[in-house]
Amino acid sequence: MSLTAKDKAFVKAFWGKISSKADAIGQESLARMLVVYPQTKIYFPDWTDYSLGSPQVKKHGKTVMTAITDAVGKMDDLIGGMSALSDIHATKFRIDPVNFKILSHNILVTLAVNFPADFTAEVHVAVDKFLAALSAALADKYR
Amino acid sequence: MNSVYRSTAAFSSGLNRSARYTWAATNQSYLNICPAVKPQDTMVQWTADERAAIQGVFATLDYESVGRESLARCLVVYPWTQRYFGGFGNLYNAEAIMANPKVAAHGTVVLQGLEKALKNMDDIKNTYTTLSELHSEKLLVDPGNFQLLADCLTMVIAKRMRTEFTPDIQAAWQKFLSVVISALRRQYH
Repeated sequence: MSLTAKDKAFVKAFWGKISSKADAIGQESLARMLVVYPQTKIYFPDWTDYSLGSPQVKKHGKTVMTAITDAVGKMDDLIGGMSALSDIHATKFRIDPVNFKILSHNILVTLAVNFPADFTAEVHVAVDKFLAALSAALADKYR
Repeated sequence: MNSVYRSTAAFSSGLNRSARYTWAATNQSYLNICPAVKPQDTMVQWTADERAAIQGVFATLDYESVGRESLARCLVVYPWTQRYFGGFGNLYNAEAIMANPKVAAHGTVVLQGLEKALKNMDDIKNTYTTLSELHSEKLLVDPGNFQLLADCLTMVIAKRMRTEFTPDIQAAWQKFLSVVISALRRQYH
């Protein structure tokens, strides 16, 4: 299910609208994931606070969302663009790729909560496809 | 993803029982994406907070409006689900789907079905026996698609409840949907 020109246009336009709140989106998405899918906490064993207000969640949410925003600019070659990140996820973090889908779901929920008018069905499908393609690119070096 | 499409053909062509079991076994990974509740035959336990959260979400729902938007969104975001609605007329683009009266009517039916689960939260499994048989034997719906519609419903609720759809309420709501999906899957053989 590759990204069409229309999908890329929708994603870029929508990201333009949300960019000022990107860090907060990252923070909230991560917080939702940790509550709704508690098994994901295993990847952050040394954190002391997994709630929305946690400085650890805030910092990591920003890290993740910055990388995703960066990937919006690399949609024409996600596998190439995500290569370095894929390497560290594969060799260092070793996050099971099923969790990329879980985080993607929570990003979509967060976008729906914060941008209800802009998160139309067409934007939804485009962003869903983008996150799926991004997840595949991130898992590319796993084996 | 390919195995889901092959399986749909398998169901409709009346493939034998053992082939269907093989399909189910090889698609276990789909089942593990449901949060919190594992797909095994144990009694579901609801905390008082979870009951309150789920009832609270339902109290906000205008079945017609939410039903229409959720089903329409599912048909747009996961277009292969349109396969079940051949008689619905114009589904050619997002605008047509959103405006389609049959989609709207059916969306309401889906929400009314969900209400049955809400009213029988301690025995969703048995409440849904007939519905499960309907979806598996007559409608031949790929059970993987239940999660897709559930996700679209969650998005629509998130849009409307906004910050009131807290992570804890989201967790309870998604647990409810997992139980519903598990019950709907039960009569697939």
